Amino acid sequence: MSQTVDVGTPPAPARDERVAQRSTLGRLLARPEIGALAGAIVIFLIFFIVAPPFREPSSLATVLYVSSTYGIPAVAVALLMIGGEFDLSAGVAVTASALVASMISYQFSANMFVGVLVALVVALAVGFINGYLVVKTGIPSFLVTLGTFFMIRGLNLAVTKIVTGNVGTNDVSDIQGFGAAKAIFASQFTIGGVAIRITLLWWILFVLIATWVLLRTHVGNWIFAVGGSAPSSRAVGVPVNKVKIGLFMTVGFLAWFTGMHILFAFNTVQSGIGIGNEFIYIVAAVVGGCLLTGGYGSVIGAAIGAFIFGMANQGIIYAGWNPDWFYFFLGALLLGAILLNNFIRRRAEASR
Amino acid sequence: MTTTADTTTAAPLVRLSDAGKNYGSIIALQGVTLDVGASEVTCVLGDNGAGKSTLIKIIAGLHQHTHGTYEVEGESVKFDSPREALDRGIATVYQDLAVVPLMPVWRNFFLGNEVRKGPAMDIAAMRAMAKQELLDMGIDLRDVDQPIGTLSGGERQCVAIARAVHFGAKVLILDEPTAALGVKQAGVVLRYIVQAKERGLGVVFITHNPHHAYPVGDRFLLLNRGRSIGYFAKKQISLAELTGLMAGGTELEQLSHELERAGVEGVAEELEHEVADLGIRSASTPPPNPPSA
Repeated sequence: MSQTVDVGTPPAPARDERVAQRSTLGRLLARPEIGALAGAIVIFLIFFIVAPPFREPSSLATVLYVSSTYGIPAVAVALLMIGGEFDLSAGVAVTASALVASMISYQFSANMFVGVLVALVVALAVGFINGYLVVKTGIPSFLVTLGTFFMIRGLNLAVTKIVTGNVGTNDVSDIQGFGAAKAIFASQFTIGGVAIRITLLWWILFVLIATWVLLRTHVGNWIFAVGGSAPSSRAVGVPVNKVKIGLFMTVGFLAWFTGMHILFAFNTVQSGIGIGNEFIYIVAAVVGGCLLTGGYGSVIGAAIGAFIFGMANQGIIYAGWNPDWFYFFLGALLLGAILLNNFIRRRAEASR
Repeated sequence: MTTTADTTTAAPLVRLSDAGKNYGSIIALQGVTLDVGASEVTCVLGDNGAGKSTLIKIIAGLHQHTHGTYEVEGESVKFDSPREALDRGIATVYQDLAVVPLMPVWRNFFLGNEVRKGPAMDIAAMRAMAKQELLDMGIDLRDVDQPIGTLSGGERQCVAIARAVHFGAKVLILDEPTAALGVKQAGVVLRYIVQAKERGLGVVFITHNPHHAYPVGDRFLLLNRGRSIGYFAKKQISLAELTGLMAGGTELEQLSHELERAGVEGVAEELEHEVADLGIRSASTPPPNPPSA
């Protein structure tokens, strides 16, 4: 614009002197997942020191496997939480998907993938109903999904008993298409003598996709916006209801995916499992820096949160500690992570 | 003023003629006439409950008028939604600003109108555009990546105005933009109103502060209890008259007479009379026995 350019000044865009002093460290500390990362490193080091079996590569593979089974639904739960909502029905929705797929294929002697697809439709429908009820009634999602949580929990048990006469489903490993389905959802492969479960790859893929959507696309912009302030978003033309229903359906989708893994890893499904897992997903998201009130958070943080859970879950066994203390330990971990997050977030905000 | 013939003869951007609105049996607004031309600021003044919000809602498309006419560029309209008004270039910046505090400035700026490059957003372009657009409005932000909640109220107001201008608004409706601001910040916002006007926009500036309205306004519409109590061009009215009308006109005059009667001067005069009655010559000498002591 200016004709008289000083010869001495470089042509680089002029840096604003008011932001120059913000250090790389300050920038790093402003990331939502940084608290979780610090916690993960500390916990990793603790187990690395006190539990010799923890140091084996195969142990790390097991920890990552356990983390992935919680981490996959936590991806969607974190997105939903950033969008300002909760889903308490995610844990039993995982079980419901596995039960539906198993029973449809077994009872109708259909190809395994028929059951898999019907389960997908059911899981997406559960997500849609959750989302629709939340946006249409304005009732807090905590209450709506608490209701659907109990309903699905009841259906899981009651319908399974009616159909199979038992609390679990029949073995599906003979059904046509089982092999292919297992290859997709529950296979494993070996790298350098260490068996890696395929869920780890799926987990990484989902985290990458979700992070890209959240940070790089307009949909991600809308997710942050509806969680940060739904009325303001609506005022500038963001389709708030569609975004929220979409997020609930994403939870449904990843609950379905996790359910499929459980079905093809164990061949049968017990109708009572999954209860309480919804809290693990939420813990992972919160430890990972998602704000309970919405509008702030990170999918990578939720992945680190799930990894922390996996380490704690397995590390206690490797360390030879009494596993009865696990939940006490988990609770303390959650509190610690939240305090650390709070502290770091406050410092990060002050440094702006 | 302008030499181009078509702009002088063109219909104003927004024109309300004898417009009114009833909510059932309640008359919220009646007989309001108002024009907003390009490069003009029309101020709407009134106390609480005067009908200002109803007027904005009609222009912004949230409500429909029940009487009179509403024309946009000479064409009679009745909007069913704010989106329709927006499509005609009528943008409203509400008091609560419609920003998401935790999100960065550039994300807020483009919220709902994201620039896309394939499936993703063109983040670099959006950052640069937000920065440039704000700079053009005279807002020099430290960093468009800072959460908008860290900006001051005045700055946030300005970002909201700059956003409306950027996305092609022809008419800006500003709902009490200076109400919650300090003196200095209000001045900053007033400057942006003038900038928007200089860029050729028509501005409807709603306020209850004549001191904010008078310096920037070209026309003034005064509302009281849902009715227009005056519609003036700037040369027809002075700030004192505007303030007087705002405060209720004759009511204020009466009050000032009462104050004058009971004021310090009046007391001094009364004292003087009493002093004279007591037969003391010098008014500067205090009376030995004050009568009321």
